[in-house]
Amino acid sequence: MLGLTVGAAGSASPDTGKGETESNEKEGKFDANTYIMDHVSDSHEWHILTKKDGTNVAIYLPVIIYDKNSGLHIFSSEKLAHGHSYKGYSIAHEGKYAGKIVRVNADGHHDGSKPPLDLSITKAVFGMMVASVILLLLMLGLARSYKRSGISAPKGFQGFLEPVILFVRDDIAIPNIGESKYSRYMPYLLTVFFFILINNLLGMIPFFPFGANVTGNVNVTFVLAVSTFLITQFSGNRSYWRDVFAAPGVPLWLLPIMIPIEIIGLFSKPFALMIRLFANITAGHIIVLSLVALIFIFESVVVAPVSIFFVLFMDCIELLVAFLQAYVFTLLSALFIGMATAEPEHH
Amino acid sequence: MLLQSSLASPAIGTVFWTTLIFLMLLFLLWKFAWGPIMKAVSSREDMIHNALDAAEKAREEMKVLQADNEIILRKAREERDKILRDARVAYERMMSEAREKSRSESDAMVRRARELIEREKVSAIAEVKREVASLAIEVASKVVGETLKSDAEQQKLIERYLKEIETNRN
Repeated sequence: MLGLTVGAAGSASPDTGKGETESNEKEGKFDANTYIMDHVSDSHEWHILTKKDGTNVAIYLPVIIYDKNSGLHIFSSEKLAHGHSYKGYSIAHEGKYAGKIVRVNADGHHDGSKPPLDLSITKAVFGMMVASVILLLLMLGLARSYKRSGISAPKGFQGFLEPVILFVRDDIAIPNIGESKYSRYMPYLLTVFFFILINNLLGMIPFFPFGANVTGNVNVTFVLAVSTFLITQFSGNRSYWRDVFAAPGVPLWLLPIMIPIEIIGLFSKPFALMIRLFANITAGHIIVLSLVALIFIFESVVVAPVSIFFVLFMDCIELLVAFLQAYVFTLLSALFIGMATAEPEHH
Repeated sequence: MLLQSSLASPAIGTVFWTTLIFLMLLFLLWKFAWGPIMKAVSSREDMIHNALDAAEKAREEMKVLQADNEIILRKAREERDKILRDARVAYERMMSEAREKSRSESDAMVRRARELIEREKVSAIAEVKREVASLAIEVASKVVGETLKSDAEQQKLIERYLKEIETNRN
């Protein structure tokens, strides 16, 4: 009975697994904090469930380490599971480098050196790859159906995706960048929109190979924000840079104050993009996981229906947020690009 | 706690893979998806636009054509009216001419008849006079009986008397 309800609730949380056994095998207090953080943060293995006898069922993703001293190492993350060390590496469980692969001594303790360059295919990277392949197949199929059907009215999946593409063009790109310049930036805006959207949506599906917290990973949102930042700066025209370094109408003595402020402004915009997407998606996952965790905290079946109801409700909101955050990121990117490429007004 | 966990900690590996995957995705979609899709969509929009334009033009032409038709129709109607009017005028003129002609002809006929009658009357009267004169002479000669010697003198006498009678009558 418990397993059944938890299984249903688990459908809203990434790889919740058999909660029943999870709470049993720990033989003590259920630690909601660890439970939630384990699911939201990135990891080298894709944990699916923990069996009653304490063994884990997990997809072990490849670990790729580049060490300045010993070069490149590629091995399965299974070697590092359960605190094992392999080739002198182990995953730190506490301290400054918790969760990271560090060099260990013979006795299995962190030797205090800086961690090596970790290029592992982590859960987030793997989830992102899956999402990218799906997106690629989807869009290439769409392009092929356009080639086949020519310019006839859209049908089937085409009819579902085309309005979204047109929405990005007509309601995001053209109003913000302008009729004459928008087409240069359309591929980027479309890619970033659908990349965020599909990762948001797949992040809500709790079964392997979906449910990785990709857009709720600050490193991923960092890359997206940097892309927008670079495109904005390289698109900047004369008047954009004049507004930064010598805004018209600002007295000369104010410039030493204004220029640093403007430069901070250049970076704070993409920084806000990065944090907004990361925080929204992570917060959504944390809320859903917290609601599921309530069942284990109270250790009562009675809580389950309440939790399920709220999780269902939250998932509906998360669905909205998935679209909204993809929209907001793309909209603001288009807005920044539009500001950088705007022709000065003729007075 | 949040910062301690791997949630918000930088991970070069993730940044590296995200950059790689995102750039590859951007390139592939740019080359093989967005290009063809945007082209197809915009060419469809152009086609719809052109079709609408053509329909609008056709409607305009239709309107012009209709106006032309109306003008032609109106002209035809005017033409017809004019022809009818002319025909009526011609008819009336012909009628009046014919009437005029027949009247003058009949007048002439009547006049001729009258003249003829007049002439006949005059000659008849003259005939009657002569007849009466000869009768009278005959009667008188019978009555008088041979008193008068010459016929010619008698004739002259009678005519003189007749003239006198005539002038007296007038």
